[in-house]
Amino acid sequence: MWKRKDLLGIKELSADEINQILDQAVPMKDIIKRDIKKVPTLRGKSVINLFYEPSTRTRTSFELAGKYLSADTVNIAVSTSSVVKGETLIDTGKTIDVMGADIVVIRHQASGAPHLLAKHIKAKVINAGDGAHEHPTQALLDLFTIKEAKGAFEGLTVTILGDILHSRVARSNIWGLSKLGAKVRVAGPSTLMPPGIKEWGVEVYHRVEEALEGADVVNVLRLQLERQQKGLFPTIREYARQWGLNARRVALAKPGALVLHPGPMNRGVEISPDVADGLQSLITEQVTNGVAVRMAILYLMSGGGVADVPR
Amino acid sequence: MFLVKGGMLIDPAAGIKAVRDILLQDGRVVEIGEHLEIPEGAEVYDATGKLVTPGLIDVHVHLREPGLEAKETIASGTRAAAMGGFTAVCCMPNTNPVTDSLALVEAVQSIVRRDGAVRVFPIGSITKGSAGQELAEIGDMAQAGVRAVSDDGKPVSRAEIMRLALEYAKMFGVTVISHCEEQSLAGDGVMHYGPMSAMLGLKGIPAAAEEVMVARDIILAEASGARLHIAHISAKGSLELVRAAKARGVKVSCEVTPHHLSLSDEAVSGYSTSTKVNPPLRSLEHITALRQGLADGTIDCIATDHAPHTLEEKAVEFAAAPFGLVGLETAVPLILDMVRNNELDIERAVAALSSNPARIFGLPGGTLRPGSPADLTVIDPDLELVLKPEDLKSQGKNSPFLGMALIGFPVLTMVEGKVVMRDRNLLVD
Amino acid sequence: MKLVEKNQIMDQDAMRRAVTRIAHEIIEKNKGTEGLVLVGIRRRGVPLAVRLQAKINEIEGINLPLGVLDITLYRDDLTTLDHQPVVHRTEVPFGIQGKKVVLVDDVLYTGRTARAALDAIIDLGRPQQIQLAVLVDRGHRELPIRADYVGKNLPTSSKEVVSVRVMEIDQEDRVVLNEISD
Repeated sequence: MWKRKDLLGIKELSADEINQILDQAVPMKDIIKRDIKKVPTLRGKSVINLFYEPSTRTRTSFELAGKYLSADTVNIAVSTSSVVKGETLIDTGKTIDVMGADIVVIRHQASGAPHLLAKHIKAKVINAGDGAHEHPTQALLDLFTIKEAKGAFEGLTVTILGDILHSRVARSNIWGLSKLGAKVRVAGPSTLMPPGIKEWGVEVYHRVEEALEGADVVNVLRLQLERQQKGLFPTIREYARQWGLNARRVALAKPGALVLHPGPMNRGVEISPDVADGLQSLITEQVTNGVAVRMAILYLMSGGGVADVPR
Repeated sequence: MFLVKGGMLIDPAAGIKAVRDILLQDGRVVEIGEHLEIPEGAEVYDATGKLVTPGLIDVHVHLREPGLEAKETIASGTRAAAMGGFTAVCCMPNTNPVTDSLALVEAVQSIVRRDGAVRVFPIGSITKGSAGQELAEIGDMAQAGVRAVSDDGKPVSRAEIMRLALEYAKMFGVTVISHCEEQSLAGDGVMHYGPMSAMLGLKGIPAAAEEVMVARDIILAEASGARLHIAHISAKGSLELVRAAKARGVKVSCEVTPHHLSLSDEAVSGYSTSTKVNPPLRSLEHITALRQGLADGTIDCIATDHAPHTLEEKAVEFAAAPFGLVGLETAVPLILDMVRNNELDIERAVAALSSNPARIFGLPGGTLRPGSPADLTVIDPDLELVLKPEDLKSQGKNSPFLGMALIGFPVLTMVEGKVVMRDRNLLVD
Repeated sequence: MKLVEKNQIMDQDAMRRAVTRIAHEIIEKNKGTEGLVLVGIRRRGVPLAVRLQAKINEIEGINLPLGVLDITLYRDDLTTLDHQPVVHRTEVPFGIQGKKVVLVDDVLYTGRTARAALDAIIDLGRPQQIQLAVLVDRGHRELPIRADYVGKNLPTSSKEVVSVRVMEIDQEDRVVLNEISD
């Protein structure tokens, strides 16, 4: 049974809750594949996408997920470079609240912004990525993709490769994979590694070859190119040579290892084009699964999940 | 005449820890003794079962006036001080304008005369406008009674300016208070750099950001022979530097805040902006070191760094909120908690809250020896309260301790013989 | 809320005979099995549809296509329920365009489940006809819906609950009338 008002992060979810979402995403994915991609389930419910950061992929995914379930979806793109400019988040949230929003999906550059919003509004809040904190729906779709391909998580080794320091995708994936029983490795330059990451129960590698050896899944993170300007690594070229995933490196992983990437990709930087488009890549499948997982979340958050109702 | 009867007197400067009666008259302490006779017409305060201390002195508060009255005023801030048992506070110069000249010091002093509920000693700035470029008029300000200068809130980034400030302030017997933060290391961090910041996805301020500048300032103070006071020390490494410097005879002192002693960076986990403070709440390892440093005397003073902000300023995303929390009204229970847990002697606690600040900054009070000012605090060590925002007399409600059960509150605050707070009620209008 | 068993409506033999009769009626009404497909409504419509499929095969020697329909996402009471039912997969692995779909369910009551099932089927394609087969029709319709094939008509009060128990799910075959006691 789904009991949470909000979905703010994977860290606070139990393995049961994660599995509930993954299970509900299976029938949702069937709907996406039908000719008539619409069920009346959330008719009369409104889902507001409140995006303080540009995002095409996640916003469209949430929008379609809502529409396939017949919810009314509205996108609000707040174009501010500064978090202190203009109306406060709480005021914006309260405005949306009294307009009758049922669910607010928020993307924000400040870690913890969804928590602030959730504390002040009645509508349910879904975190669609906050700062360097969490991106729970991305991790859930990654988990769903892995589960579809591999069946289970126990005994799997998943390598997360790249800029762990700034990555909310990495954090959410680490929590989710660990809770479901997979072994997690992280790999990247030490200047892009968060402090104390070893305390999170992951193995830390600074050589990509070692990190890939025997891995079942490689999740490649997007490199934010502006990090280079801040001196966190010398050049994009060196990053690509030291850390980029190419065919030669993929071959070090287990045969048939899966390659994931949350997108959008910097082809030729963190991932080579032949790997991105290769047979082991599930990158396009992730996009489809993203819609299914978000449908499952919207469905669960609009009610819950009990087995049967007496007739 | 006023007689405080039957309380446990803790006066570290006088070496007293015993049940004593204290007789006060005309703003002075007249007599201390066992079972003093009640003089005719004297008002008696029964302090049986309570602690009686020299008036508490907070050497680090932000009263925000002039210029930032939406956050706090001298009236509201000194009332908060009275509730917290403080008879004197030293206010930081980062008002608007910055207190960097004689005229501005006198302006603050005149507002204090009109509105103040307790004694207020203004701290001047080190540099003009606290901009870190040119020295402020430290000599003039010293003549107006300023005992210390600080660019608190901002570090003095240029080492040469700090060297000059120490040399110059020394001539006037003025202590330089340093807010130690190497800005290229602190960056735009908002909490302690470590596993918690990594987990929360918030940018971290490493302990090294403080330690590097503590090292620099100790070296400069040693070279000049000037008096240096390190504000709100928070890192283990800083403490070791101070300990070693003191052992060499460097004229360095330091203070710690109650919140750095009692809260770790885990308090940030709900993104509550009242836990956003600079220096940041550190990890357990640092807290343990700070408690040790206070207990062994390496840390001289407990100061609150009382930093009120408006609700609106704090009701934003964590990264966007201003640093600071209000501490005047919760300091005593937080420190008594350490005493109850046998981590700190009560004498050491009172020394850090009263006699040491008085001695280091040359302020009146700090002891109740006969002849001293009648600045006195009575604390009920068993009084348990759960503070709500409306209970705070400070305009700032940005306290991480609201809603928590705290034990041990001041029940009497007397300034120069005048009772300003009695039984948790303010007696000033 | 507690359910107390009042009496047994059908035993294993009665259920078997009802399924046999419905199978004959389906064949008779549709003049054979041409274009027929069976779709069981989760959960207990599914084993009943499987039994109908086997019975029709026994009679006509034809194995009709069999699908499974989950109507959870089409319910009209989702917003009024505290908690939503778990969604299961709809598995109709054949086209229904132009087919004669026989929906199979255990109990016909208010008609709301049948209504949801009609919507769910129509979202899968445009069948030529939709028919409805139920083991028990207990009355109290709230929508203009009637069954084409009924195993047993059972007058009930609204305080009663009809429970169809099938071997595949409940380890027994029988139909029971329960009463809600407070």
